[in-house]
Amino acid sequence: MNKKAAVIIAAIALVAAVYLHRRSNGPKASSSALPAPAITLTALSGNNVSPASYKGKVVLINFWAAWCTPCRAEIPQFMALQDKYGSRGLQSVGISLDDPEGELRVFCRESKLNYPIVMGNQKIAEAFGGVLGLPTTFLIGRDGLIHAKYEGATDFAKLEQKIAVLVQSGH
Amino acid sequence: MRLRLNKMRLFEYVLLICLVAVVLLTAAAVNAQSPAELPPGSADLIRPEELAKALRSSAKPTILNVGPRMIYVQAHVPGAEYIGPTAKPEGLAKLRAHVASLPRDSFLVIYCGCCPWEHCPNVRPAYQELKQMGFTRLKVLYIANTFGSDWVEKGYPTAKGE
Repeated sequence: MNKKAAVIIAAIALVAAVYLHRRSNGPKASSSALPAPAITLTALSGNNVSPASYKGKVVLINFWAAWCTPCRAEIPQFMALQDKYGSRGLQSVGISLDDPEGELRVFCRESKLNYPIVMGNQKIAEAFGGVLGLPTTFLIGRDGLIHAKYEGATDFAKLEQKIAVLVQSGH
Repeated sequence: MRLRLNKMRLFEYVLLICLVAVVLLTAAAVNAQSPAELPPGSADLIRPEELAKALRSSAKPTILNVGPRMIYVQAHVPGAEYIGPTAKPEGLAKLRAHVASLPRDSFLVIYCGCCPWEHCPNVRPAYQELKQMGFTRLKVLYIANTFGSDWVEKGYPTAKGE
């Protein structure tokens, strides 16, 4: 093998290794057919916002925190999704973890959120099978089943694709 | 003819200077990255598989969790002592008090895993604080995405509760 060919092969191997490494460590989405937990959540506004009360809708549950920089950065994109798909049956709910209530209320007021926010706790996180990192987002179909879970920084292109499918289908 | 040759030589010199400048700027950018920024691959990081191996050895490190309680109570590295988020001064004060009596050559591992690595608000302040206190065998657990995806789902040992 000449030197040039060896360099080309090494370069291809390096690119492939970097790609595989990024793929295995990057944010991931997984799907599950588990039913959404039947729990009642109370939003900061005082209203009940349990997934059950949104029966027949596509429900996006975003576990986040105001202290979590990437979570905060994603809020405008969740608001845009709610704007775009709200009339087609999407209902987003934010569940905040480990935020002091006062600071959370200020953040929500200043952000002019267009979906309800709930103060989360261990019970709620465990009802969703555990939330061991933020942000974590679940998509619940019209059938009440959890169709996707996204852990880590959200891939909004993939998320929107999934929402578009779910709002159109009966699932 | 001579003028043309001089122009070509000048062009070569300019090109050479540009190349040298690019190399020097790249090297400067790499060196400018402070150790406190803990880039992936830094010598002060420990990978999950390395920590899991250390947990099985006789020389177990002291493990400190500097992340949110909500995640700690659901799952944590066995034996990890809970400190709490060190993004705020009160968290750093707790950390200082917790390790005050430890010998400075103790094998310490700190971790959080609340958020993707580059956004974690807790591990860097904790690392800086412990370095300033003089801890010489300090490692930070490198969690690329979250504690759930990089530790629990990989099947490493996990404990639950307070």
